[in-house]
Amino acid sequence: MTPAGVLAAGAASGDLFVAQNVFFGVIALVMIVSAIRCVTTRNVVHAALWLVLVLAGAAAQFILLGSEFVAVTQVLVYIGAIIVLFLFGIMLTKASMGDDDSVAGEKRLMAGLVAVLLAVVMGIALVDSYSDTRVVIDEPQRFAAVSDAIFSQYIVAFEAVSVLLLAALIGAIVVARKE
Amino acid sequence: MILNQFLLLAAVLFCIGVYGVLARRNGIMVLMSVEIILNSVNINLVAFGAFRDDVAGEVFALFVIAVAAAEVGIGLAIVLLIYRNRRSIDLTEADLLKG
Repeated sequence: MTPAGVLAAGAASGDLFVAQNVFFGVIALVMIVSAIRCVTTRNVVHAALWLVLVLAGAAAQFILLGSEFVAVTQVLVYIGAIIVLFLFGIMLTKASMGDDDSVAGEKRLMAGLVAVLLAVVMGIALVDSYSDTRVVIDEPQRFAAVSDAIFSQYIVAFEAVSVLLLAALIGAIVVARKE
Repeated sequence: MILNQFLLLAAVLFCIGVYGVLARRNGIMVLMSVEIILNSVNINLVAFGAFRDDVAGEVFALFVIAVAAAEVGIGLAIVLLIYRNRRSIDLTEADLLKG
């Protein structure tokens, strides 16, 4: 279903917050167009910049869903750090930044077929399962609740993630350093 | 808002990311497509968290962001290593293990 269709469905069903639905539709449209441009554009730097729009749109969706902390983290970590990392990667491998012209048409066709089939299957499943389910956001999730959960219930996962980040740091240095 | 609008958006983004992973030959572009996929998963997690009024969705979205950062670091290091050894990041040429 297109974002416009989702928007129309939302507006038609009465007591929904119209402004939120309008914002959702606009942001969703921007995200989908940017994502498509990101995976189809020839220029790798342009792809990274389109990716920024997708990530910023996701942050806006998190705010719409009432979880500012995830939105702020998304902006800091993704747009602040990961995109810069990508741009450095592009810079360091600049010699190979040619056109992707040589991609076989068959490969692109098969990939498009897989993506469309997957979209159809997931769309049918979602429409079938959650067609009338509402999200009611009374108040934003408080930071305190999130941090309480991280440092009590999910403390083991948190420690595992910190060890994982350390391992990734050391691993990246070991893999990428010059002999 | 209905829950489905977020889930359908995430599904569409996921499929676009899958297309990117399958169709692109540039190693960095494949990593970017993986980022799109991980973001769609995050939208799902936060949407279900808001739906169930449970912080678990947000907590695990944060974990996914952290793991994605680690993944990009390692992935770019590997792409850099491929580039240094073969002067190309075309993934169709990286077939040393193909036999």
